[in-house]
Amino acid sequence: MDDLYRDYILDHYKRPRNFGELEPHDLAGLEHNPLCGDELGVHIRVKDGRIEDLRFHGHGCAISQASASIASEELKGMQLDEVGKLDADWMIELLGIPVSATRRKCALLNLKVVRGAVTGDAAWPA
Amino acid sequence: MPPVAESSLAVKADFPIFARRFGGRELIYLDSGATSQKPQAVIEAQAEHLRRHNANVHRGVYALAQEADAAYDDARRRVAAFVGGDPRTTIFTKNVTEAINLVAYSWGRANVGPGDAVLITQMEHHANLVPWQVLCRERSAELRYLELDERGELSLAQLDAELARGDVKLVAFAHVSNVLGTINPVAEMTARIRAAGALSLVDGAQAVPQMPVDVRSLGADFYGWTGHKALGPTGVGVLHGGEPLLERMEPFLTGGDMIASVDFQSVSWNELPYKFEAGTPPIAEAVGLGAAVDYLGALGMERVRAHERSLTAYMLERLAEVPGLRVVGPPEAERRGALASFTIEGIHPHDVAELADRGGVCIRAGHHCAQPLMRCLGVGATARASVGVYNDASDIDALVDALLAGREVFGL
Repeated sequence: MDDLYRDYILDHYKRPRNFGELEPHDLAGLEHNPLCGDELGVHIRVKDGRIEDLRFHGHGCAISQASASIASEELKGMQLDEVGKLDADWMIELLGIPVSATRRKCALLNLKVVRGAVTGDAAWPA
Repeated sequence: MPPVAESSLAVKADFPIFARRFGGRELIYLDSGATSQKPQAVIEAQAEHLRRHNANVHRGVYALAQEADAAYDDARRRVAAFVGGDPRTTIFTKNVTEAINLVAYSWGRANVGPGDAVLITQMEHHANLVPWQVLCRERSAELRYLELDERGELSLAQLDAELARGDVKLVAFAHVSNVLGTINPVAEMTARIRAAGALSLVDGAQAVPQMPVDVRSLGADFYGWTGHKALGPTGVGVLHGGEPLLERMEPFLTGGDMIASVDFQSVSWNELPYKFEAGTPPIAEAVGLGAAVDYLGALGMERVRAHERSLTAYMLERLAEVPGLRVVGPPEAERRGALASFTIEGIHPHDVAELADRGGVCIRAGHHCAQPLMRCLGVGATARASVGVYNDASDIDALVDALLAGREVFGL
């Protein structure tokens, strides 16, 4: 069993959940990973201060795609003010694999995009 | 029968880093296109300079300072001679990026204006793209691109057509592409550019480390390269330029060392090449680069090219054994530098590099500082394996084994 490329990571990579476009949407974001040129965008539909539905789109490595896919299932239904408080540890823990320093941005790209769309602050999650 | 590589060099033992082990495994380094490893001769020359000959250059009258002066000037002579250049017109910079910026600022700001065009190519590294984009934006000039054909090569007919428009002031292009490996026909291009009354700048960062380069016969007005890809230290690059041109140009950076005399309100510039070397230069690094070109010269650049070409041919053959793998750039090793950029269907290049590392193999993945080129190729990124003098066929075998094992990890 590979430490990084576990079955569920590869499953999310090959069959990402909540990927595609969402029209109409209330919030949108698009970010790049400068390390590899990957890009990830998100469309979010909001209802009663919560994420009613969301879709990611773009291209990236197994870690960035699996992170977005796994996070999407948690983000649905989450209150917007909670989304702003999500940090890097939340994402890394959710991912459940050892992430090296060089792959950290791959894992955090989706959270950067979502927080940027929700709060307007597109800083890398700390 | 499996392909066999003919390898003429066996110099790994000259490079101390290959004594290292990573989790008990040998270092298999296929990232020389990013930076080369350093032979003991370079490490020792730089250390010896710092140990015994260190002083600032061009100012001291004491014996030690004269030794430092002699070491720095001697390094310049050897570096210039290595590529057929003249020491007077061989300028030490920080790297090739600074060499190109020097031209874009000193020559570009004075000679490019509204209605003019700068012509570059779709295969350029950001180092030979962004400085021209910024120049053209600032000076309201047009930046145009020579396109690539499906082989990843340029068309001389398109170059002629662009030059015939009459507005091109400078053409800047890579000698060898850092992504495609394409070797551009520099001498043919510079002859056409000169005939059209434009200037040429060649980015030789990938070329100088791997093939014989003679800047005079290549005929470029400016030729830049960098030390750290040519077995030398980081922090030192080189710009060769035509003497009358460099004489006419204003300095790029100003400050100490580059002046003849300074008054409170006026200044006159030092002679070439010092006019373009403001501040304390990379002295120990230049000495290290001097040792690097001595080392390469002793190997013989014809032999280096033959070795790397045969390894590249072997690499192309072996990579073809990996299902779903697609190499970009010219298919023949004779027409490309010592690298292969590729994609594997179903595995992102970043993961390809990670999986290669599982087999102890260092390769690079990403856009290779050539995002516009990635768009032309229709990919977000590629993985890239590049070879150096110290590689042999077993390194390529290890790469292919790691890629095949990586496909299994991904259930392909």
